[in-house]
Amino acid sequence: MSDCRRQWNREDELPVYLAGPITTGSNQRKTYGMFSSVEGAFESKTIDFENYAVGRKGSRTPRSGSRERLLDTGDPISKLPSEARESSLNGSPGERDEARSRAEVRFSSGTENLNGKSERLLIKGGRVVNDDQSFYADVYIEDGLIKQVGENLVVPGGVKVIEANGRMVIPGGIDVNTCLMKSYLGTQPVDDFFQGTKAALAGGTTMIIDHVAPQPGDSLLEAFERWQEAADKKACCDYSLHVDIPQWNENVKDELELLVQDKGINSFQVYMAYKDVYQMTDSELYEAFSFLKQLGAVVLVHAENGDLIAQEQRKILGMGITGPEGHPLSRPEELEAEAVFRAITLGNRVNCPVYITKVMSKSAADTITQARRKGSVVFGEPITASLATDGSHYWSKNWAKAAAYVTSPPLSPDQTTPDHLHTLLACGDLQVVGSSHCAYSTSQKAIGKDDFTLIPEGINGVEERMGFVWDKAVTMGKMDENQFVAVTSTNAAKIFNLYPRKGRIAVGSDADIVIWDPDSVKTITAKLQQSAAEYNIFEGLECRGGPVLVLSQGQVVYEEGKLHAQQGTGRFIPRKPFPDYAYQRVKFRNQVKRKQGVTRGIYDGPVYDVAPTPKYITPSPSAKTSPTSHQPPPIRNLHQSNFSLSGAQIDDNIPRRSGHRIVAPPGGRSNITSLG
Amino acid sequence: DHFGDRLIIKGGKIVNDDQSFYADIYVEDGTIKQIGENLIVPSGVKTVDAYGQLVIPGGIDANTNLYSPQKGLNPADDFYQGTRAALSGGTTTIMDHVLVEPGTSLLTAFDQWKDAAEQRACCDFSLHVDITRWHEGLYEELETLVKDKGVNSFLFFMAYKDKYQSSDSQLYEAFSVLRDLGAIAQVHAENGDIIDEEQKKLLCLGITGPEGHVISHSEEVETEAVYRAITIAKQSNCPLYVTKVMSKSAADVIAKARKKGMVVYGEPITAGLATDGSHYWSKDWAIAAAFVTSPPLNPDPSTPQYLTSLLACGDLQVTSSAQASFSTAQKAVGKDNFTLIPEGTNGIEERMSVVWDRAVATGMMDENEFVAVTSTNAAKLFSMYPRKGRIAVGSDADIVIWNPKETRIISANTHNLNLEVNIFEGLEFRGVASVVISGGRVLLEDGKLNVTEGSGRFIPRKAFPDIVYKRIKARSKMAEAHGVPRGNYDGPVHDVISMTKSVPPTPTTRGPPCPKTLTGPRNLHQSGFTLAGAQIDDHIPRRSAQRIVAPPGGRSNITSLS
Repeated sequence: MSDCRRQWNREDELPVYLAGPITTGSNQRKTYGMFSSVEGAFESKTIDFENYAVGRKGSRTPRSGSRERLLDTGDPISKLPSEARESSLNGSPGERDEARSRAEVRFSSGTENLNGKSERLLIKGGRVVNDDQSFYADVYIEDGLIKQVGENLVVPGGVKVIEANGRMVIPGGIDVNTCLMKSYLGTQPVDDFFQGTKAALAGGTTMIIDHVAPQPGDSLLEAFERWQEAADKKACCDYSLHVDIPQWNENVKDELELLVQDKGINSFQVYMAYKDVYQMTDSELYEAFSFLKQLGAVVLVHAENGDLIAQEQRKILGMGITGPEGHPLSRPEELEAEAVFRAITLGNRVNCPVYITKVMSKSAADTITQARRKGSVVFGEPITASLATDGSHYWSKNWAKAAAYVTSPPLSPDQTTPDHLHTLLACGDLQVVGSSHCAYSTSQKAIGKDDFTLIPEGINGVEERMGFVWDKAVTMGKMDENQFVAVTSTNAAKIFNLYPRKGRIAVGSDADIVIWDPDSVKTITAKLQQSAAEYNIFEGLECRGGPVLVLSQGQVVYEEGKLHAQQGTGRFIPRKPFPDYAYQRVKFRNQVKRKQGVTRGIYDGPVYDVAPTPKYITPSPSAKTSPTSHQPPPIRNLHQSNFSLSGAQIDDNIPRRSGHRIVAPPGGRSNITSLG
Repeated sequence: DHFGDRLIIKGGKIVNDDQSFYADIYVEDGTIKQIGENLIVPSGVKTVDAYGQLVIPGGIDANTNLYSPQKGLNPADDFYQGTRAALSGGTTTIMDHVLVEPGTSLLTAFDQWKDAAEQRACCDFSLHVDITRWHEGLYEELETLVKDKGVNSFLFFMAYKDKYQSSDSQLYEAFSVLRDLGAIAQVHAENGDIIDEEQKKLLCLGITGPEGHVISHSEEVETEAVYRAITIAKQSNCPLYVTKVMSKSAADVIAKARKKGMVVYGEPITAGLATDGSHYWSKDWAIAAAFVTSPPLNPDPSTPQYLTSLLACGDLQVTSSAQASFSTAQKAVGKDNFTLIPEGTNGIEERMSVVWDRAVATGMMDENEFVAVTSTNAAKLFSMYPRKGRIAVGSDADIVIWNPKETRIISANTHNLNLEVNIFEGLEFRGVASVVISGGRVLLEDGKLNVTEGSGRFIPRKAFPDIVYKRIKARSKMAEAHGVPRGNYDGPVHDVISMTKSVPPTPTTRGPPCPKTLTGPRNLHQSGFTLAGAQIDDHIPRRSAQRIVAPPGGRSNITSLS
């Protein structure tokens, strides 16, 4: 892919996608080769992202930087972990070749404030890698946006120059699944928006999409605002939010509409697990899917069969198994695959895009693969943990270690799982890599020390996400660098309607850029991580590939192992509904799938008379009435009123053959409901 | 003569599921007494000539509904008409479904069905019990039915929302109980929640005709439920029998699960093997409505052939008819609303011929496999073997002389049912039962049907059928999960503050557990550890987190908190 620029050398073949949504006139394209700056290119190719800021106009202009930056009290950079990391990186001779060229920062001329509001940057000599192609080009950044991509760019003086020295320049990663504020029994994860986004940046991820997790009965809007407020104060990188729907009812609908239309949320999570807490029935799921489809949102599904999990948990506790191994034992792979299958079926019936969060097992992934082969609009998200480790650790003798792996669905004990998931990721059957980062300390996990069902669920992975995909997929030859960019960034941006603002290095996109070193090697350990958790589930694993330099909003936030992240610099990125990537096919299918009835003459034959007075109005309730008996649904059931299931007939005393009383009034009966 | 005739069947080729051979059969007292050549028999014995024909065990129809009312309507063909039709088609045993309305007694319903059948049925019968509302209170009745009444198969509905539908939890509990009792779980596999929503949607769109039935009961909905049922059965380690496999993808799910070692069986029906769902779009309302059954016939015209091939290779095991006949006038109850159309198709009479014509005559299946799928497999699964389903000394004299050369054309004018419509109208099938012997009596001969009302006997069935339960038993031993022996965790434990709002996901909030499934030791965790409770220092305001309780010397047991 790297020699693409040669193929694209003639200017009349300028790829359309490099131009902005506003096409420039052909007369404007001239001289300097295809990637050079063109007169007027800044204006015409810059996407007006103000349009995306639905409902938040005037609240703040994202790029002005006028907002007060809450500086971290105490220098976060001088914190022990980062120091230790740097010293270890520099100190281990085998891992780092000092003589090798590395990214350098220098100023061409003049003086420019490093923390200046409108920093101008030029990334020189890098190989730009997008999801579709790679090419050598310089990238010029101003005001947090990519202004020019090309060779021999004409840039103003005083520009800070970053020498990429032939390394990969990739769009910053997007982690679509983090839970940095999801409380458990009143306790907060140890990684909040500050810790969590710091860890993200250190791993090359420049945007997260966090889950707003309200409790049943809470207002979704209020929860959303709480999350947004916290993130605005603390996040060091751009963020967006998914909203979890803890239960389905009429009130939720209004809030959802508001969230989609005014707040810039286009993805909502529903749960098929957590019985009696978050779990929805199939009917509720059907309604939720239908409603969210009308709004143009993407449905995220936590797919596990909660009914069966509850039963299994009870059984396993009954057997006296209380340790973390009870967690995977009560949540076998089949229950995940079953729920995925059901979610896809619902999605197909409603004709709604479905996004499966946390694909943890081979069979769940295969179910998604098969459904995609049949044309379902379904996306699958494996996470760092399922791609890099397995569930054997649940049987660890060390309780704290075993508990650290507790997440739902659990890591599969099958050790071939990570490899299989990487294969599917490489061939496009799975699309997005998340982390599901939700860090609880060991003392928090110990809430469940005598009952595994009480262990707070969550694992780390936001920092290690990109590294492990590189290490296990790209260096193994499963995946090329373009697909790497697709699964770590671009696909997520497309599915959640952030594209091309995020997920692409192109003129007009946000300057969230990572210079990636494919050869750096580090050993994961809790001592050197950004996360505040005291245990890292990838402890001791070696990971090849990592960021050398990370730009977020055009600012250098990570460089040579040093973080310069500033608390509160992250912006909320609103998202519009009806992302093309998910909804285009759905829209067409809507048109095709219009169901057609058969036009028939009216049936005018005899109609059997149904007894109007049912005998079994109330089925005699035995002493032990079912505790699980169905409550009448809130929606009026059109089919319950009119007929009896079995009942006394007026002429029961007359002996007769199995039944032939025909009522066919002259002129016919127009409507069967008149019988009631 | 109560014990039937003395008969000798001469010159036929005896076909069992494992082999075929030429021999004569001597029948006395309703059982097969001798098999062989040159038998020594008493004089005055009636001779049945079977030269050039096959002598097969009488068919077993594992799924009929001859007595269950739908929406207050009794089927147009009851035990008499139904079994008469069965006999004329070569079926000598039926297994009827006892539909127990929610809230009523299983035993009462069973007795009612048994009485009715004993008075009316012309051939032997056995009964499945359909459980429409599961709760633990049913355990005693179930135990009685299995241990004393000879019922070892129970059907659960995953469809018919708010009426018969069982939730996943209920299915799991019920399956666990059935496994302990040694019975087979049957499911009507369709996702009732989705169907209900789709029905509402279609009615809103103004689609009220029978085509609405097939649109709302889509293939996926069936497949999903089959997949889920198998998952539940796997978790509860209970054998599963899926009634009415109507679509390719549902059959595939069963086939795949069997390849992974699940104990699951699939039953295609006459209609699914012989015709397809295109008729739902018929301009004639009565024709379209006649095809209404659940799951519906699949609109894909290649479905019958596909199901037949899975039947031939053993991925599906049993053929039945799912006979439930409702007259056009009865079906017309739903003339303005397809959800009110009583569900059911005919097929009890045509079943054996359909399988012969579609599978054996086309070369997909041999005659032994034909016997297996029409009779022997059902007998084995439902504990009637070798009394039924085999021609062997000591077996019941339910014998059919099968003429593979003869053909017949199906028509409502000539069939033996009351029904005025036959969904196979005009189809021609090769293979006809020329002589049918039930209980040692010749009931069909020379085209004449000579049945006696009430001559059918109830066939009780034992629990733990070998073919099903040998594997289940072995797996129960293997499946014991073991905990990891660890030292006690003695590190700090985060203090959980009393939260009124959040619901802790404890198992105790999930309602009373089924006492029968709790076979393990006493649950140590239900007693001590309270998540929400007053603490000594509740009056002190504090931050939401970070209080670590780790007293000096460590706390030996967390339960001392309460």
